[in-house]
Amino acid sequence: MMGSVTQPIPPFERFYLEHRYEVLGYLRRLLGQRAEDAWQETFLRALRAYNRLQHARNLRSWVFTIATNVAMDELRVKPQPPADGVTVAELKRDAFRELEHLTGELPPTERAAVVLRYGYDLPYAHIADALGSSEEAARAAASSGVRRLRRTNERHA
Amino acid sequence: MNVTPDLDTRFREAALREGLVDVRYDIVDSPVGDLFLAATERGLCRISYWPEGMEESLARTYGPRVLRSPLDDVHRELDEYFEGTRREFDLPIDLRVAPFHADVLAELARVPYGRTETYGSLAAKVGRPKAARAVGTVMHHNPIPIVLPCHRIVGANGSLTGYAGGLDVKLRLLQLEGAMLV
Repeated sequence: MMGSVTQPIPPFERFYLEHRYEVLGYLRRLLGQRAEDAWQETFLRALRAYNRLQHARNLRSWVFTIATNVAMDELRVKPQPPADGVTVAELKRDAFRELEHLTGELPPTERAAVVLRYGYDLPYAHIADALGSSEEAARAAASSGVRRLRRTNERHA
Repeated sequence: MNVTPDLDTRFREAALREGLVDVRYDIVDSPVGDLFLAATERGLCRISYWPEGMEESLARTYGPRVLRSPLDDVHRELDEYFEGTRREFDLPIDLRVAPFHADVLAELARVPYGRTETYGSLAAKVGRPKAARAVGTVMHHNPIPIVLPCHRIVGANGSLTGYAGGLDVKLRLLQLEGAMLV
């Protein structure tokens, strides 16, 4: 069997330059005007933990996780338990573009799940990490968010 | 999404204020080209004529929390040196090298402004008179050129031999200092 190649942890400056824009974009979607303080806090938290990183895999998901935690702290909302027996609603990328402007009306957890899934293409396993929930719960939050977006859209239409 | 320069600066300043940075660096221009400067909390640790790949090199030696940030004191002293108004640097230094390198670099730091010395005589000063070649290797790996003045070390016949920044830069620094060249 091939040994996995261990990538060295990149210098923080590279990590920062690579992710600072999309993290700010993400936080703007979750927090609007309050995004800048949360953005700084996100990268300070990342820097505090950076010398303890064990590997360089999934650094993008890692920083989105931190950003989500900061945003949730800011919104003072705990992730909600998933509803049982829901069918999963999915969106096409184009459909998300059309509904994106309504994400501000979603509850925080659903908002984070929908934006991470459709805005940033993160897999549910990583969204679950970001939300501090199970993959199931992340899927349910995104699904419920999608439903709510569609209802809101119909109301506005 | 636009990270404004102001937002960027505030983050970098907060990171330094909280002591979260293993090593900071900047790239400044000088009469001998771009210089890569780096410092830890203990002091100046690196000057390089070749910025390429330096962040990775710093991360390996000092830790991954490498952040770009102005090094005003170092930049100012270098400017003064290039203007000819500074003959000695007054900067704390963070040297992390093997013992022999440390001995040679400590002796190198004593070579006065505007004077030259040979590899062999520097070797003799650290008690290893036959180690001229090893001293050459130490000069070649000098982490802080200009401030640790390896440009003042020349061959036994007065030839400039070599320099990380190129022989033209070595000559230029010696001329700036008014060194008598053979």
